[in-house]
Amino acid sequence: MQWVNAIIQGLLTGGLYALFACGLSLMFGVMKVVNLAHGDLATVAGYIGVGIIAITHMPVLWSIPVVVLLMAVLGYILQRSVIQSAITRGELTTLIVTFGLSIIIENGLQQFFTANSRGLGVGDSFITASFSIGSQITIAWFNLAVFVLAVVVLLGLQQFMSVTRYGRLIRAVADDREAAQLSGADYRHVFGIAAAIAFGTVAIAGMCDGMITTISPTIGTDTILLFAFASVVIGGLGSLWGTLLGGVILGVAQAIGAQINPSWEQLAGYAVFLLVLVLRPQGLISQGAPA
Amino acid sequence: MTEVAQTSIRSGENLKVTRSRRNVLWSGIGALVVLVVLFGFPYYVGPGTTGIMVQGLIVLTLASMWNLLAGYAGLVSVGQQAFLGLGAYFVLIPAMHGVTPWAGLFIAAIAAGVIAIPLWWLVARLRLGYFAIATWVLAEVVMLVIEQISSVGGGTGMPLPGLSGMDPAVLTAYTYWAALIVAVLAIGGVYLLLRSKVGLVLTAIRDDERAARSSGVRVGLARMGVFVAAAVGCGAAGGVLAIEQLQVVPGTSGGVFSVQWTAEMAFAVIIGGIGTIEGPILGTIVYMVLQQALQSYNAWYLIVLGIVAIVIALFARRGLWGTLDERFNLRLFPVGYYLWSPTERRSRRRTPTHAAP
Repeated sequence: MQWVNAIIQGLLTGGLYALFACGLSLMFGVMKVVNLAHGDLATVAGYIGVGIIAITHMPVLWSIPVVVLLMAVLGYILQRSVIQSAITRGELTTLIVTFGLSIIIENGLQQFFTANSRGLGVGDSFITASFSIGSQITIAWFNLAVFVLAVVVLLGLQQFMSVTRYGRLIRAVADDREAAQLSGADYRHVFGIAAAIAFGTVAIAGMCDGMITTISPTIGTDTILLFAFASVVIGGLGSLWGTLLGGVILGVAQAIGAQINPSWEQLAGYAVFLLVLVLRPQGLISQGAPA
Repeated sequence: MTEVAQTSIRSGENLKVTRSRRNVLWSGIGALVVLVVLFGFPYYVGPGTTGIMVQGLIVLTLASMWNLLAGYAGLVSVGQQAFLGLGAYFVLIPAMHGVTPWAGLFIAAIAAGVIAIPLWWLVARLRLGYFAIATWVLAEVVMLVIEQISSVGGGTGMPLPGLSGMDPAVLTAYTYWAALIVAVLAIGGVYLLLRSKVGLVLTAIRDDERAARSSGVRVGLARMGVFVAAAVGCGAAGGVLAIEQLQVVPGTSGGVFSVQWTAEMAFAVIIGGIGTIEGPILGTIVYMVLQQALQSYNAWYLIVLGIVAIVIALFARRGLWGTLDERFNLRLFPVGYYLWSPTERRSRRRTPTHAAP
């Protein structure tokens, strides 16, 4: 029964990992940018949340849309300035710039907020509330809510991409930048919108992570970026629902690993990642060739 | 293409192809003098300065390796801390069995190179961004595996045995010489590699991978060779690090597997000038100056270094050395060719070997 419990917990964690991963996947899909600062941006979102709550004393759930909005604006600005000028200079420059941002953010957060970890909404009863199935399985309502939120975010993204004008623009620019530009689309603006969406999902992920566990300056790279990447690779590059599948598989693998030996949690997850990388490099839901 | 053809018709037999535009003898003598001065350092400066130099030489070795990877083979690795850490552990493990850490340096270099082969196989198919994060994951996996082994200290690390009997001043001097030899071998190795056929192959791949492939260049093999060579260099540097710190501590913050090592080597290369041998040297000097100037402000040097690297990556892509070279045709380590005719002494025509990456 504790195995079933581990698998259920891992499955729910997978929702959080999908939230980590979908922004990374989106930015690569649209502007071919592998954003090495992706995880640290989630941490930044978490710390913005900590700051907003400390100043305004608003409930943690209300702070989420504020943080998402702020991060989306930051995403648009960052894309239109630094990341766009890096893109025009080539992929090496893009990697250096995002890696530089990652190191700056991580060390900057450590300077300003120390290396201590903080929680979001500590003491709020809705985060700790749970229900039981039988005697062995206890599910936290909030973890379930995050999983549902992840599905809702992915559904929303899919609808946005296929129905709205901006969604079609993003897909057009991702498919053929020159042709889209000839048809009158300003690809820089479209990139900015895509970055704003990606940063918005990152903000949700960072806030949820801060509520489920804690945030500290180093989790951006140690866990979020690498877990997001592992989820993307397992699920399939460029596939939106692949990130959910990848996240769930990673989460379940980690939970099973932890069940066998508590210190095997991360190793078990990465073992599955390496297995997929070797046996099926295009990911489980394949959309085209591996990058 | 046409220009070259015209030149050869015009000046006929007088065309000359050389490695350098200046007299190589003088730069050779200069390099020798610098080496002699550097080797004599422990005799005329205090152990404090020598200790700082050791850190600089470790970063110099790492930067040269990262430059070889990213600047010449297009392999932007963010996981070189894996090989640094492995190097440190492969000095520690033999030392625990009575092998002197100085001999352990050789074991560290070879072991890191051997382990790089299966790791390469895992990431060989990935390009650029995905290669970058995948190497990062590999470094994480290497660390997690080593932390499982309790006999080498598990997650907390271990002190390095075998050097406790030495006089601290002598130990510092020996460490310095070891670091210097590793750095000189690393830079010399890169230089010779790039002047050899491998250098030509790498240039061909960089300029046009598809064309190189169709001309029979074994692209995958060349890349793997560079990956393994860089692992050897980083492994040796990690060995020196273990000796310098007299302990090996794993962990991602502050330990041998910290990504900050890769940040330091990458930023030093970008600042100094990627795709030149001189760049990492200049970049390491900038790094050391920043680090010493800001050492009382914790990690601020890394933040400033990151900002400088971003600015240079965006506005001076060839880095400090590249900018100098553009103006003065400087080249301490000539790995390309100059094509010139004596009648056109101011000709700036170069082979693609010198093109910016």
